Formats: sequence, C-alpha cells, structure tokens
Amino acid sequence: MSLATGTPLPALSFEVTRAQLVRYAGASLDFNPIHWSDAAAAAAGLPDVIVHGMLSMGLVARVVTAWAGPAARIVDFRVRFATPVPVPAVGFVRLHAAGTILRQLEDGVVEIELVLRLGETDVLKNALAVVRLADVHS
Amino acid sequence: MSLNRALVGSSYDGGSEFDVSRQKLREFAASLGEQSPVFHELDVARAAGHPDLPAAPTFAAVLSLVFGSGPRRDPELGIDYSRIVHGEQRIVSRRAIYAGDVLVGRTSIEEIRTAGRNELLRLRCIILTVDGEEVCRVDSTLVSRGTAPEQSA
Repeated sequence: MSLATGTPLPALSFEVTRAQLVRYAGASLDFNPIHWSDAAAAAAGLPDVIVHGMLSMGLVARVVTAWAGPAARIVDFRVRFATPVPVPAVGFVRLHAAGTILRQLEDGVVEIELVLRLGETDVLKNALAVVRLADVHS
Repeated sequence: MSLNRALVGSSYDGGSEFDVSRQKLREFAASLGEQSPVFHELDVARAAGHPDLPAAPTFAAVLSLVFGSGPRRDPELGIDYSRIVHGEQRIVSRRAIYAGDVLVGRTSIEEIRTAGRNELLRLRCIILTVDGEEVCRVDSTLVSRGTAPEQSA
C-alpha cells in the first residue's frame, strides 16, 4: 500500500434513498423531521428532505474503512457541512466520494483529505481524517 | 432570540450509561451501508486484533447526541431548532468504541460566537467508560441562523 502524498484512495459512489434516511434516523437516534418529513423540510425552506450531516460524514468515512482495512482506526476526523443534500421521494440522489493521502504524520499514520460531491458541488469541506493503519495487533 | 452566552463554560451530565451492544453497532454500520466485515463479524474483528466488534467511525457522534440532551434542551440556552443547522463535526478518539463498552458522557458549551447574522455554538462531549477512561471527544458546531445579537451603535 503506497502512503505517498497524493496517492488516491479508491473512490466510492452512493445512491441515497429516503429509505436509507429513515434507517439512519433509527440507527443514529437522530429523529429531526427535516430528514423524513416533507412538511418539516418545507417549513425550513428546503426543497426536499435532506441527508443527515452525520450520514454524509459516515458515508465518506467508508472511503477510509474500505481502503485501510480491519485493523485501522480514524483517530481524528473532522468535516464542515457545506451544502445540504436533498433526497427525492422517488428514486435516489447519487453522491461521489473520494480521498487522497495528504501526508504521512508518523510511521503508519496518514492524513487523508476526503471529498463528497453532489454533481460538481462539495457536500463537505475541510474533510480530513487522520488514520492509524494498524491500531491493534493480533 | 440570541443564544445565552452566559452559559459558555457550563457543563452537563449525560444521564444514563449507554451499553454498547454488538447488535447496535451492526445496525449502525448497516444504516451507513458499511459492509466491511470487521463491523459485523466477530471472528473477523478478533482476527484483526480487536477485543470485540468495533464501532464504525462516526458512532461516537451518535453517543454525543444521546449524552448531549442537557445543553441541547436547556431552555436557558435558548436553541430554536427551526433555525439550527449542523455546521461542523470533529471526532478525536483515543481508542475505538467496542461492543461491551459501558459509556457515559459529559457535554460542555465551549463557545458561542457571532458569524455575520448567525451564531455558532460549539459543544464538546467527552465520552468515557464508567471507570473513567476517556474514549473520545466529540466537538459539534451548530449554526443558529439569524440569531446574532443586534450590534449597538
């Protein structure tokens, strides 16, 4: 596995549906109605219900978990939520996620810059994950 | 109405312990579509060196919501949820969260500041085991739209 600066991580794409928002609401205990109620979304001035910010952060983390393997851990993970992601009642919204190694901080610890895009728009900004590749030793 | 800045520095107990179960961690991972076997299969987790199933990376933020109802629902702070959007999130972890952990949390109001017409409220939840071992720290920045105090002339 190359840890050189600029090395890309394998990209992922996601088809987010209303059903996934409901499932995430239940699993995450975040029942804010702007993520499942058209009326609540409209009252907040949104065109549709929107993806939980924390779901978008969880999705982009999959770029790291898929690449780094089962012994790794994200030790510092931060994002700024830049753009809400509306989810249509029928069908899905497609998001594209990718990551690039920014630098190696110490042996086996790298900082990764992540992106999550809706078309050409960044859903997240300043999305950075510091990953310890072998957090546990068998 | 603006947020009550006199509460910066206040700290709130997180209430009941949270028993982290394998089933909850699998449910959470599945809700993200996270299919890496380490988050679902105990033998895979153990073969990788983990003592039990680890939580997917953002599970700590779920706990910060569970433990953070003190400030989030404090009428003295004055959050109007129709104006709140999630601005930033940071999770700094000392170790993974594992099934079998019994965790508690304490949330403090770190900062309230004006950004244009909005206010930014930063909450910090420290998550610990019942024995007092710090597991992680979750910083959540909430944007309160349009509630910045009027500037006096």
